[in-house]
Amino acid sequence: MLKEPHVGAPRSRVDGRAKVTGEAKYAAEFPAPGLAHGHVVSGAIARGRITGIDTTAACAVPGVLEVFTHENRPRTAWFDYKHRDEVAPPGSPFRPLYDETILYSGQPVALVVAEDSGTARHAASLVRVEYEAGAHETDLLRAREDAYVPPKRRSGISPPPKPRGDAVAALAEAPLRVEAEYRIATEHHNPMEMHATTVVWEGGGKLTVHDKIQGVLNSQGYICNVFGLSKEDVRVVSPFVGGAFGSGLRPQYQLFLAVMAALALKRSVRVVLTRDQMFTFSHRPETINQVALGAAADGMLRAIRHDAIGATSRFEDHQEVVVNWSGLLYHCDNVELGYKLAQLDIHTPADMRAPGAPLGVFALESAMDELADKAGIDPLELRLKNYAETDENEGKPYTSKELRAAYRLGAERFGWSRRSAAPRSMREGRELVGWGLASGVWEAQMQQTSARAVLTADGRLEVATATADIGTGTYTILAQIAADAFGLPMESVTVRIGDSSLPKSPIEGGSWTAASAGSAVQAACHAVRETLFRHARGAEGSPLGNADLDHVAFVDGRIVLAADPDRGIGLIEAMRAGGAERIEHEQTASPDKANQKRYSSYTHSAIFAEVRVDEELGVLRVTCIVTAVAAGKILNPKTARSQVIGGVVWGMGMALEEETLADHRLGRFMNHNLAEYHVPVNADVHDIDVIFVEEQDSRTSPIGVKGLGEIGIVGTAAAIANAIHHATGKRIRDLPITLDKLLERPPAERAR
Amino acid sequence: MNRFTYARPADLAGALREIARDPGARFIAGGTNLVDLMKYDVERPTRLVDVTRLPGLDAIEETAAGGLRIGALVSNTAIAYDARIGRRYPLLASAVLAGASPQLRNAASTGGNLLQRTRCYYFYDAATPCNKREPGSGCPAIGGVNRIHAILGTSEHCIATHPSDMCVALAALEAVVQVAGPGGERAIPFAEFHRLPGDHPERDTTLCQDEIITAVELPPEGFAEHHTYLKLRDRLSYAFALVSVAAALELDGGRIARARIALGGVAHKPWRMPEAEAALAGQPAEAASFALAADRLLAGAQGHGHNDFKIDLARRAILRALSQAAAGTPQSQTDKRIR
Repeated sequence: MLKEPHVGAPRSRVDGRAKVTGEAKYAAEFPAPGLAHGHVVSGAIARGRITGIDTTAACAVPGVLEVFTHENRPRTAWFDYKHRDEVAPPGSPFRPLYDETILYSGQPVALVVAEDSGTARHAASLVRVEYEAGAHETDLLRAREDAYVPPKRRSGISPPPKPRGDAVAALAEAPLRVEAEYRIATEHHNPMEMHATTVVWEGGGKLTVHDKIQGVLNSQGYICNVFGLSKEDVRVVSPFVGGAFGSGLRPQYQLFLAVMAALALKRSVRVVLTRDQMFTFSHRPETINQVALGAAADGMLRAIRHDAIGATSRFEDHQEVVVNWSGLLYHCDNVELGYKLAQLDIHTPADMRAPGAPLGVFALESAMDELADKAGIDPLELRLKNYAETDENEGKPYTSKELRAAYRLGAERFGWSRRSAAPRSMREGRELVGWGLASGVWEAQMQQTSARAVLTADGRLEVATATADIGTGTYTILAQIAADAFGLPMESVTVRIGDSSLPKSPIEGGSWTAASAGSAVQAACHAVRETLFRHARGAEGSPLGNADLDHVAFVDGRIVLAADPDRGIGLIEAMRAGGAERIEHEQTASPDKANQKRYSSYTHSAIFAEVRVDEELGVLRVTCIVTAVAAGKILNPKTARSQVIGGVVWGMGMALEEETLADHRLGRFMNHNLAEYHVPVNADVHDIDVIFVEEQDSRTSPIGVKGLGEIGIVGTAAAIANAIHHATGKRIRDLPITLDKLLERPPAERAR
Repeated sequence: MNRFTYARPADLAGALREIARDPGARFIAGGTNLVDLMKYDVERPTRLVDVTRLPGLDAIEETAAGGLRIGALVSNTAIAYDARIGRRYPLLASAVLAGASPQLRNAASTGGNLLQRTRCYYFYDAATPCNKREPGSGCPAIGGVNRIHAILGTSEHCIATHPSDMCVALAALEAVVQVAGPGGERAIPFAEFHRLPGDHPERDTTLCQDEIITAVELPPEGFAEHHTYLKLRDRLSYAFALVSVAAALELDGGRIARARIALGGVAHKPWRMPEAEAALAGQPAEAASFALAADRLLAGAQGHGHNDFKIDLARRAILRALSQAAAGTPQSQTDKRIR
């Protein structure tokens, strides 16, 4: 009798139509009267100083309003902390046009503002910059010698846990040992939408800012701190974000430049970066992992050592969780993990989808595969043998962990039991066939978030919170949760997000948005329900007279007795009875501190990959991926599946294609366009099968959600690399595994 | 991107007048490469002469000699799906489909494909030196990031490659480029159209600035029975060739009567070596003969570090392509499994 709830059902995106028709507006698309356009001039050297900027020719172009450089830029806040955004790592944040110092190649050195974008771009090409170059270093393989433990930890990033047992001794005594180095190349985010900001000069000192950002409050706070403005005067509105993957967590330099220019010129200004400029800020840091595993002859782990060195800039200590996963995924009494940074003359790296995890897990899960090979044990059996029932890093039980079921369901779907153990033993036609697997893991978190719900007498519901939807489906799942709270169709719900005037939300990241914003929206809806219910009960002749909220259901726009759904009262009728035109409540949902202390919460996955390799030519195809994901409650299997597929495809890119190539003599990334920076295309992608494993979790968030944003990518590269080893006998430990690496090594080479 | 003026002449004579008037002028048709280069400040034309409305250049017609004449404005897509080309010159159709994406092929013209410029990272980045972009400034690809660069026919000034797939097939088919200029029309054999970098890497072709390509003519022999276009790249579609091979054979029983082999992705122009092809004549169509041809084609090949693998890869690709061609099983451009 009661209708199927929206939550848990495969619903199409509520914003889908707006997106495909162009109705959805992105940061560079908002109009403003008298809009001026800024174009960024990018620097050419990696380190040194600007000795002269000649802007004469640029300024002489009709239509040019101003050329901003470090010599004439308006003053901004003096202290470093004023330039630190919500998620800034320790250090001294990059300040665009601050002084003559060059910190990395591609650094913005001037902003040309003109009446139209063509003029700005033309004039920007006429700016002449002279430099005095200093000695630079962009090669991590050289800089690793000077790696250091970051003296100040980055907020929210757990440092490696303290060693447990004696990994060095246990490793020395272990009958089976795998020791190897695994490297992952620099990668750039490259969302489809270029970073852009439109600042609307509202007059009276007020600004409305449309920024490509994963957290409008982060941009608002940054602007206010840097330019000494009050929050009442700065509203940041970013309803849609065309992908970001972490590049939009921190305010990027185009925001600073657009606001600076708008304040100086007292008019609206837009700055849009070009694709090549998308390679001049955030990126996933190049990372070197050294892993040593020791095991008994039966494959039981005796020792795990994992040390990683990640690249960072000279001015900030960007940190990620790279090695901790190695103390977490398997039961082992002797574990020692270390994480260091090495400074290069580059921009500070940034979080990129599952920051740290796919890097460290690639190393660990490759090493586990090498161990399986040495021990002569099936890689799946080895993982089950060493299964960790608790979080041994923290000595805590899990809120839930259905990884074992994920292994089983994934293996069944994939047909893992038909795998022949020996490398190079499966072949079809010319192609060698390989099957590999890996585990994936990511933190499940909830963050304190506020939301508002407003029910109006026309039967419409609006829910609002300042979070973002970067294409993940936030609009849709919030509409589902809100609609279910009142038994309304989803069309009756309006979701508003991406506006700094809305109730507070943290940045959209860390896979926590569904759990956090979802819980907040539910809490706000429940508060509205209580008020509404009071009105309903008080209505004349109300059939709900003696019921309490637990005994009623909200169905089809009515409040009915759960035991007798024919008896009830319409929502609108109830509101009228109470004389209420609108019922509005704001609520804040917070994680349960006691649970957080007592339990660890993670999502898990088991990824199975099939590759086919034409060995003679080094041509490789990933013909099948099965990923079984245990991530608590799945709010919307349709958008969830898309999200996981996106992560898997990116994992394929990480495994096989993505690499920002640096010329270390010039200290500059060279393949800064999408023709030469490769991400997977349709031809690269075959079957991807996503399984959601049943997992009950009541402790991570009030709505049972653990989050899905990152888990799809973690482990995927390792599963593919392991499949390549199974196919060819070649163990390739440097990502991406490009064609030349497949050609390179003799098949006989075994693990070091 | 700089400011430029724009003209859209109504006929060929008008186009030639426009281009002669201004040494900074460039023709534009599909713009799939030129506009990118303008955005990167690599090309800074003062005037764009739009040739897309010129009459008579957008047809594929029979020639008196028994071949086909492809007008300079025929789109890459039109070539790929033309029934006559599919039947008589399937190697050409295959090479076209191996390149770019459907959207780009819809816009890209035949003449423009011949004139597309290298994908060298340094050429594209105006903040770095590049002899091709700025003669005399140096070649940082030598000793720099060069995994996509040339292994044959390079000079100390430039190790860039020509990026076209279509041109590799046209080289193998010995097409002829028809051009018009102020002095009238002339025909350029395909092998002489693109040039090696030598001391003037800024010049990609032997076309003069005031000339325009009007057509590409295919000779009657299309090697429709035994051919293949094998392209190896960093992903399975929409990437430039690391190495590609256009192979065309005429077989006489089990022996090779005639062979054409052109390589892409390895030099400043589609790489052919008539001696290597001649040496195949009369040989059995088998691996040993193919290996000999590969040795000859790659004689003198030299890597520059990151691209060392191309020498070995090119050798393997030549062997596979010749065996595909001999077997009459050309590489499919939709099924990405290598045959």
